Amino acid sequence: MSQALFEKIGGEPAVNAAVDIFYRKVLADDRVNGFFDDVDMDRQAAKQKAFLTMAFGGPNHYTGADMRRGHAHLVARGLNDRHFDIIVEHLAATLRELNVAEASIDQVAAICESTRKDVLGR
Amino acid sequence: MPEILLDGKGYALADGETVLDALTRGGAAVPSSCRSGVCQTCLMRAVEGSIPAESQKGLKGTLQARGYFLACQCMPGGTLRVERPGAEAGRLSATVRAITPLNRDIVSVALECSDMGDYRAGQFINVFKDGTVSRSYSLASAPGIDPHLTLHVRKVAEGRVSGWIHETLRVGDTVAISQPLGECFYLPSDPEQPLLLLGTGSGLAPLYGIIRDALRHGHRGPIHLYHGSRHKDGLYLTDELHALAREHASVQYHPCVSREEPSGDLRRGRVVDLALGDLTALAGWRVFLCGHPDMVQSARKRLYLAGASLKDMYADAFIRSAA
Repeated sequence: MSQALFEKIGGEPAVNAAVDIFYRKVLADDRVNGFFDDVDMDRQAAKQKAFLTMAFGGPNHYTGADMRRGHAHLVARGLNDRHFDIIVEHLAATLRELNVAEASIDQVAAICESTRKDVLGR
Repeated sequence: MPEILLDGKGYALADGETVLDALTRGGAAVPSSCRSGVCQTCLMRAVEGSIPAESQKGLKGTLQARGYFLACQCMPGGTLRVERPGAEAGRLSATVRAITPLNRDIVSVALECSDMGDYRAGQFINVFKDGTVSRSYSLASAPGIDPHLTLHVRKVAEGRVSGWIHETLRVGDTVAISQPLGECFYLPSDPEQPLLLLGTGSGLAPLYGIIRDALRHGHRGPIHLYHGSRHKDGLYLTDELHALAREHASVQYHPCVSREEPSGDLRRGRVVDLALGDLTALAGWRVFLCGHPDMVQSARKRLYLAGASLKDMYADAFIRSAA
């Protein structure tokens, strides 16, 4: 089912288009951009690409434990539910700009939601 | 403890050390420059033992297949037998054909290298002062336009290589250089795309090659070049660039000074601020950034936020040398 969603959204080309828009929204948002202040933009963009691929139901190897480990340093800096919601909202707005169907956007939001506990280290 | 074997001698690898660290600490002469995995000066070849994939990042497939790796990025899990790079890894010999002052601190060095194959305007080469010390310099020349490879070398305070180039190197001398490296160059993929070129100091070098290369390829879209320096005497090639803008209606040249009142057609301010003030939205632009690493980092972020796409931003690999 996930693979079907990934293809419906447009596969890897759609991920590439979405990363550019999504990462710009996040970097421009003072409520969350402190968590993305890595000076190496290429490395950051690669991380965003991996995240979007997963959120679109595409091929990925993330486990809950990876999510926990990968965000622990951000949780220590105050990452909370509000930040999580803002990121998901930016992702939904990105997909709307790319004319993705609302039903697919809901599915993406559901995949994000399934990672909330691990991302926030609960 | 793993060991690095070179020239029949063993060098112990301490915890957290790279191959370059261990060899240098043990007194082996290994050339290095950026120590960040970019300049490829510390290229070596593993003949026994396994090397981590990270240490081969950015190398050509043919070099990877033959066991080449970057010593500054290599933290092997076990013992490794290594050797110095051979001729196939691209050490070339060049002859100095001209050394010409461009301003108070910068000279143009023209090199003739018959063994160098194709290169792209905007790439860089490593220039070796001797067996261990080298620095990366961007090419200011463009193939098909300039007869020689040209570098813009700024004299850095206590710079070992730039000092040697400025004071000791003479026309007719032979120097060792690397193959051309780097991905910051023009591709004739979309001749209508607007181009923005931002450079500070000797960061003009690759841009001077790229802008002429783009025009030679028949680029038709607008080309805006901003070259910045603190003071007027830090600018150079101004006559040539004004002439280029006169010959090509698509080219706009903005010489900028940040620390003094501008005179004539000079503009006052930093190149990024002036470009963003003039252009505001950068969606669809192709951007080339060259110069001080802090300028490049901050410009990348600001131009991206102004709409430039990540895949359309090219930056040279200038990194302040750690060696």
